[in-house]
Amino acid sequence: MGAEQETLLYVGTLDLFMKQIGRVVEWNGEQIAIFRDSGDNLYALENKNPHPKGGPLAEGIVSGHYLYDPLYDWKIDLKTGLVQAPDTGQVKVYSVKIEDGNVWIGA
Amino acid sequence: MNNNKQKLVVIGNGMAGISTVEQILKLSTQFEITVFGSEPHPNYNRIMLSYVLEGSKTLDDIVLNDWHWYADHGITLHTGTKVAKIDQMSKEVVTEQGMRVPYDKVIIATGSNSFILPIPGSDKQGVIGFRDIADCNQMLEAAKTYKKAAVIGGGLLGLEAAKGLVQLGMDVTVVHLMEDLMERQLDHQAALMLRHELERQGIKFKMEAQTVELLGDERVSGLRFADDTVLEAEFVVMAVGIKPNVEVAKNSGIEVNRGIVVNDYMQTSMEDVYSVGECNEHRGVCYGLVAPLFEQGMVLAKHICGVDTAPYEGSVVSTKLKISGVDVFSTGEFIDGPEHTVIVSKDDWKRTYKKILLKDGVMVGAVLYGDINDSAELQKLIKQQTVMTDELYDTLMGSGCCGGGAKKTASIEAMPDEEIVCGCNGVTKGSIIEAVTSQGLTTVDEIKACTGATRSCGGCKPVVEQILQYVLGDGFETAAKEGICGCTTLDRDEIVAEIRTKGLQTTKEVMNVLGWNEPEGCSKCRPALNYYLGMVYPDTYEDEKESRFVNERMNANIQKDGTYTVVPRMYGGVTTPEDLKKIADVSLKYDVKVVKVTGGQRLDLIGVKKEDLPKVWEELDMPSGYAYAKSLRTVKTCVGSQFCRFGTQDSMSMGALLERKFERIDYPAKFKMAVNGCPRNCAEACTKDIGIVGNDGGWEIFIGGNGGIKARLADSLCKVKTDEELIEVCGAIIQYYRETGNYLERTSEWVERVGLEHIKAVVVDDLENRRALMERVEFALQQAEEPWSKMLNDDSSRNKMFDTVELKG
Ligand SMILES: Cc1cc2nc3c(=O)[nH]c(=O)nc-3n(C[C@H](O)[C@H](O)[C@H](O)COP(=O)(O)OP(=O)(O)OC[C@H]3O[C@@H](n4cnc5c(N)ncnc54)[C@H](O)[C@@H]3O)c2cc1C
Ligand code: SF4
Ligand code: FES
Repeated sequence: MGAEQETLLYVGTLDLFMKQIGRVVEWNGEQIAIFRDSGDNLYALENKNPHPKGGPLAEGIVSGHYLYDPLYDWKIDLKTGLVQAPDTGQVKVYSVKIEDGNVWIGA
Repeated sequence: MNNNKQKLVVIGNGMAGISTVEQILKLSTQFEITVFGSEPHPNYNRIMLSYVLEGSKTLDDIVLNDWHWYADHGITLHTGTKVAKIDQMSKEVVTEQGMRVPYDKVIIATGSNSFILPIPGSDKQGVIGFRDIADCNQMLEAAKTYKKAAVIGGGLLGLEAAKGLVQLGMDVTVVHLMEDLMERQLDHQAALMLRHELERQGIKFKMEAQTVELLGDERVSGLRFADDTVLEAEFVVMAVGIKPNVEVAKNSGIEVNRGIVVNDYMQTSMEDVYSVGECNEHRGVCYGLVAPLFEQGMVLAKHICGVDTAPYEGSVVSTKLKISGVDVFSTGEFIDGPEHTVIVSKDDWKRTYKKILLKDGVMVGAVLYGDINDSAELQKLIKQQTVMTDELYDTLMGSGCCGGGAKKTASIEAMPDEEIVCGCNGVTKGSIIEAVTSQGLTTVDEIKACTGATRSCGGCKPVVEQILQYVLGDGFETAAKEGICGCTTLDRDEIVAEIRTKGLQTTKEVMNVLGWNEPEGCSKCRPALNYYLGMVYPDTYEDEKESRFVNERMNANIQKDGTYTVVPRMYGGVTTPEDLKKIADVSLKYDVKVVKVTGGQRLDLIGVKKEDLPKVWEELDMPSGYAYAKSLRTVKTCVGSQFCRFGTQDSMSMGALLERKFERIDYPAKFKMAVNGCPRNCAEACTKDIGIVGNDGGWEIFIGGNGGIKARLADSLCKVKTDEELIEVCGAIIQYYRETGNYLERTSEWVERVGLEHIKAVVVDDLENRRALMERVEFALQQAEEPWSKMLNDDSSRNKMFDTVELKG
């Protein structure tokens, strides 16, 4: 995963994150929304709604690996950041590494 | 790599140009595309400007292709750049600033300009056309400063502009040259009915008036007519017509008549130069609507990509006026002449009008007013030049009985695949069928989500439904029974019944056991299931935060910038100086952007940062006002007998009591009440879910009112004598609504669906049932907790939900 240009940032432990409820982490003034699905998978996306009016993503409804954004109800794939039809757009995604309950993201 | 691609330059970043590009992208990758647009915006849905003006959409909502789209498709976009001409010698397109871009092919799609009457004064300030975002913005601005407006022109555009300006609070007069409104689409009868309806909606008319001069110094101050009378107006919109924008073509030496002359493949007189949309003239016709431009665009795209296509042979156009409460539709020929056989039916009671014109037995046009359910059907029959038969007559004019279904699907069958069904979004029959079959769609909503059809004006919904029916055949009956969302075919009643009989306890269990096709549901069903479960098991169900919409999860209202609005409770709209002081202190400390009095007599603290929410609640130390919840929001009150000289009942105390009593539990949708001290009704009981009006001997209860999207006046349910009875009836209504309402269904819809008489029988007349309902609501109320203090006491969730994790890198 192109790790050579990536900085791995230590976030903390997995239990910082509630299932299906997003949480914001901040790095260098950048907001990253982290979502935990109903299992132990984490996804990290730029906390910026791809809708032209913008807004945050972290408070959306999570279903499987999809997010329904909190402001406009757009459906977004947490894995790729791709907005699902009929809407279009893409959110920047970050890689996530989980080891022994510790979480890193690649930024 | 790009060097062997052909260079395609599109002049005009409007609806025709970009829809053609979209078609081209579907067919071929052989072009390197450059688009020029003189407006500073990406491509937007011009039709919807009327909605922007009217306030139901924002400019952002109507963007069709945002900046990313151009980038993603490798299209070079120059906005705010006007093309001056095409240089055939050097094969370059030249902009006004002198930029030159080489081309292999050019598409001119410059649309039209508003026609501005050539009368003295039409260049004054405050005189505009209605064409683009800039015009729209000017109208929105003008409405803030000026009061009196005139719209010249009583056609489609003029009426939509007038309605928008009225909505913005202006006093608007439509000035029309002719005797009839929309005389190019409607006949005398329909035009009259239309005018009366619009007058009811607050638009004034001055008919048969020829404007000869606009008065005023620098800024317009009035209109002078041919008969020398004068109308005062500080703002004038000219909507008298459009003229094809042929400037580029003219400067380039391309043949121009009224519009740019094109053949059946959209070719102009210059080699490799095409023209599409409102700027061109095809077989002598210039169109001013979107449906033709989509049809032209499809032919052009195929032609330019070298794909075989049938020629474009012209369009039958139809019109629908986008003003709520006014359904007007016309298609084909609509003014009857001696060559026509006319079929008319007019109903002054229901205010409907229907006219079909035949020429030699063939249907050639129709006008509908008031009830436009048949519009899609008629449009198709007329397009297909159908011969009128007895059977058809019976189905269309209503003397026969039902049985239209079979024929409707037959006419869908006859419709060619590339025919555009949704004119607003350019969606064809073929693409709808493709979406339905490849993705297993079963509802119009899913088709809308997948293809965009029905997304704008909604005029195409009947045909989309028929296509669905045609594709699904017998499967339609079951499929047409729409489930609560795309994840299930079960409706609310079935789901609630299954929850009760099978004893299902969590949303997951419901979705598993009842065979959801999306294992974790979606943003529609999860909140609904969460509500139904909470309603069925008030004491044991554990609320799922993750299935709550953001506002309810955070117990505050999210705003578009990600900040929140906090609203503390003020029971009955009454507060104290001490509380006001606290609110002021907290607002200052947390830098609240705006403090606003709400429609429900509470105070909004707008612009609180997410991480500050818990601190704000803590320092306010007041209960949550539930302004975000599907629950009891406010009980609005008048001053009542405590202070008012007319008051017969103590409305303030009763309002506060009802609010304290019935707050905090979940309802199917937001819920508002009002209590008045006397029939003068100062707290506006008629637009509330429960409205209460005091009288000399007791109270009168109204239900099902709504002041929102679909305004509805409340119905009188009953009169009661004592306060105890009032509280019990309210409790029974609330519980019955909680138990039988669909999630998100307001009482205004619920009352109509379930029936007022039925509700009366259950909650008023059947005393035993009334008491049982009251007991159940009391039980639910006992379990309810104050959400702000609950969250403050739950350290772990509070941190996880409200705090940001700071990383050091
Ligand atoms: C308020 C309003 C409501 C409407 N409602 C309906 C409706 O309900 N139903 C319906 O069918 N139709 C409706 N219409 C008409 C519909 O919007 C038009 O038919 C359609 O937009 C025409 O598309 P077009 O691409 O030909 O022109 P446009 O969409 O006008 O696009 C032309 C574009 O070219 C640009 N341009 C012009 N000259 C140059 C140049 N020299 N260089 C670069 N760019 C240039 C213009 O800035 C413009 O953006 C409505 C129109 C308005 C204004
Ligand atoms: S509704 Fe009656 S009692 Fe209440 S303020 Fe108005 S006039 Fe007074
Ligand atoms: S025709 Fe307007 S939304 Fe389909």
